[in-house]
Amino acid sequence: MSSLPFADPIFGIPSWLDIIVRVIVAALVLTVIVIYATYGERKLLGRFQQRLGPMKTGPWGLWQGVADAVKLVGKEDIRPNNADRWVFEFAPYLTFIPIFVTLVTLPVAQEWGIRNLSLGLFFVFAVMGLNIVGIVMAGLGSGNKYALLGGVRAAAQMISYEIPLVISLLSVTMVAGTLDLNLIAAMQSLSPDEGQHAPFIALQPLAFLIFFTAMLSELHRAPFDIPVAESEVVGGYFVEYSGIRWSMFQLAEYASLFAWAIFGSVVFLGGWAVPGPDTFNLGSWWGPDWAWHAAFTIVKALLWFVVIVWIRATVPRLRIDQLMNFCWKVLLPLSLVQFLMTGFAVVYEWPEWVMAITSAAGAAVLIAIIIRRALRKPKNTLVGSYRRAQVPVQ
Amino acid sequence: MSIHWPEAPNLVSEADFDTVDMTINVGPQHPATHGVFRMVLTVDGEVVVDCEPYIGYLHRGLEKLSEHNDYRQAMGFWDRTDYLAGITCEVAYCMAVEKLSGIAVPERAEYIRVIMAELGRINSHLMFLGAFGTDVGSMGTTFSYAFREREKVYDLFEEVAGDRLFPTYIRVGGVSMDLPDNFEQRCRWVLSGVQQGLEDLDGLLTGNEVFVERCRGLAPMTTERAIALGITGPILRATGMPWDLRRAEPYGVYPRLDFDIPIGRSGDIFDRFWVRMAEVHQSIRIIEQCLKDIPKGGLVLNPDLPKTLRIDEGECYFRYEGTKGEYGVFAQSKGGNKPYRMKLRSPSFCNLSALREMVVGTYVADAVVILGSLDIVLGEVDK
Repeated sequence: MSSLPFADPIFGIPSWLDIIVRVIVAALVLTVIVIYATYGERKLLGRFQQRLGPMKTGPWGLWQGVADAVKLVGKEDIRPNNADRWVFEFAPYLTFIPIFVTLVTLPVAQEWGIRNLSLGLFFVFAVMGLNIVGIVMAGLGSGNKYALLGGVRAAAQMISYEIPLVISLLSVTMVAGTLDLNLIAAMQSLSPDEGQHAPFIALQPLAFLIFFTAMLSELHRAPFDIPVAESEVVGGYFVEYSGIRWSMFQLAEYASLFAWAIFGSVVFLGGWAVPGPDTFNLGSWWGPDWAWHAAFTIVKALLWFVVIVWIRATVPRLRIDQLMNFCWKVLLPLSLVQFLMTGFAVVYEWPEWVMAITSAAGAAVLIAIIIRRALRKPKNTLVGSYRRAQVPVQ
Repeated sequence: MSIHWPEAPNLVSEADFDTVDMTINVGPQHPATHGVFRMVLTVDGEVVVDCEPYIGYLHRGLEKLSEHNDYRQAMGFWDRTDYLAGITCEVAYCMAVEKLSGIAVPERAEYIRVIMAELGRINSHLMFLGAFGTDVGSMGTTFSYAFREREKVYDLFEEVAGDRLFPTYIRVGGVSMDLPDNFEQRCRWVLSGVQQGLEDLDGLLTGNEVFVERCRGLAPMTTERAIALGITGPILRATGMPWDLRRAEPYGVYPRLDFDIPIGRSGDIFDRFWVRMAEVHQSIRIIEQCLKDIPKGGLVLNPDLPKTLRIDEGECYFRYEGTKGEYGVFAQSKGGNKPYRMKLRSPSFCNLSALREMVVGTYVADAVVILGSLDIVLGEVDK
């Protein structure tokens, strides 16, 4: 299979200038997306909680995100006296730069993106994992005990959950036979052609569930928002930040939310790939191909976003030891099982439905493990009756 | 020629480090403290080694204020103790004064008091259910569901008494004014709303695996220990003892009413949550019976009350099943229109004394949940 090349330099400008233009455009677009992601989250949360969400700034509160951004830029940048100056001031950059760097290879459409890397999946991982450095720096450098606890929690959590995350993705790449995100997306088109698969969510539901769970943890999203728990550590590692530096953490959080959503939809849902055989060409109906591709990706990414917000609105927070237990005792073994099953299926060339069914069974086990406690819901209330004579003598 | 290898470094073991416990100050400005409560947690990593509560940030001198005011003037201060259910405190205060002075209360007023007090109890427990979800980490959804119904109850309070949070509606010898005309209909509508809200909260929390995982088996308490610590109310009942003053030492019209006392099994956090949720159902039952049995028409305030209430020398202790436990009022008179001494035995204060015992050995995140499960009101703790 030949690698899908990205388009030629836009407008025929020199390639070095082309890269700069693409980077700037991508960064700006992501910033706008982040601003509206915060708006969207607040609106959605409002609906889940029987409120309206932002309504006052512009029609339906549409300018709320912009107003917040402007306000944050204008606020004073406070540095606590006992903070470690350079560590404190550089932590926000180290948190959000890695997220933006992943954009280099995330394919929004077949021919969109900054550069197509043949090790795209590996690159996204390697770079995403770096932002823990910024988080730990923020925790240590703030000179605040809540921040310290939050930073340490974040480090423990992210390092633990990266393992099942990577193993679940390895199963996908074993079937795909490539780390190129464009190729992975292209092969999930549901067409009967050679080298085409069903979307990997159908082929490997267990890997998908593990990926999704671990991704929530990497994102510090409920129910894994332990490092930033408001009711415990009052915001965690960014508790001492204000103004522009705080907004960089916020930027990193939502940018990584979207980066993960695009990444996950590319790997498991087929990304921009148009379902159906290659001859089924949407572009011949209306509009160019890339517009259809981008629309597919964005709709899938928004779906992830909505589900993540939905979970956040519904589920309470785990405790740190339960979090670790869940990772090491449940997710890791199951991801290894998935890995082994995929390995056998690939080496012995079992048909794909075998892989799908065994993985679905594993997914059922995972769900059963998760909800086993809640099944013991008390059915009726114990009722005591009391008469004066029954007072136990103390 | 000899090669000089650098000396092999000593392997570092954990014993070589000087690890010190860290103290974390939680409160008085902290989202988890439910008011102005402060606890200093000594933590070893994530495990709580010690917990030192500090109270008094909301001390307003309730008892002293009561000594310096007329019996009927002081009532307004008592609203401000358990401010989530101010009406129950009014009832307790007025009943204590009535017990001291022997003033009779018209029957209709007794029923009105029970209805209002149980509405207050519903309000307080709804607040607990909502806020507890937030403590466990749910993102405000339980809170908004609970508040949706609390608003309705408060609107009803406003209609009846003219005020929402601090109705100042109960009087020594009755209640200040009769119920509005459409009260029964409105009250039933509010109760159906509360029922709906409870169903929503039940669906959000009780069956939620994360919530169950967090609460089951955490900070269990035996009945003996709870009694030794002076714990009363839902926390005592969660340990399995059906001790409810509305049944144990009935007052008002409670002996005529049919209701159950929900109890728990192990006294852990989940049982406390579950008992409170069941109690709201019982309160709804009580109110519905009262709405049915209440005498139509008649006085709501004792007409024989003197212009100035002067009480002969004497003392009494009246205990009332408040929303948090035994709300005891000790009143002592040496003649005159002011009490010589008023003492409040606040349930939140006594329940809070169990905090250290429960928190030590758990995780930091659990400390917040345990504090939430005690359902303290700082106005009552600090008086």
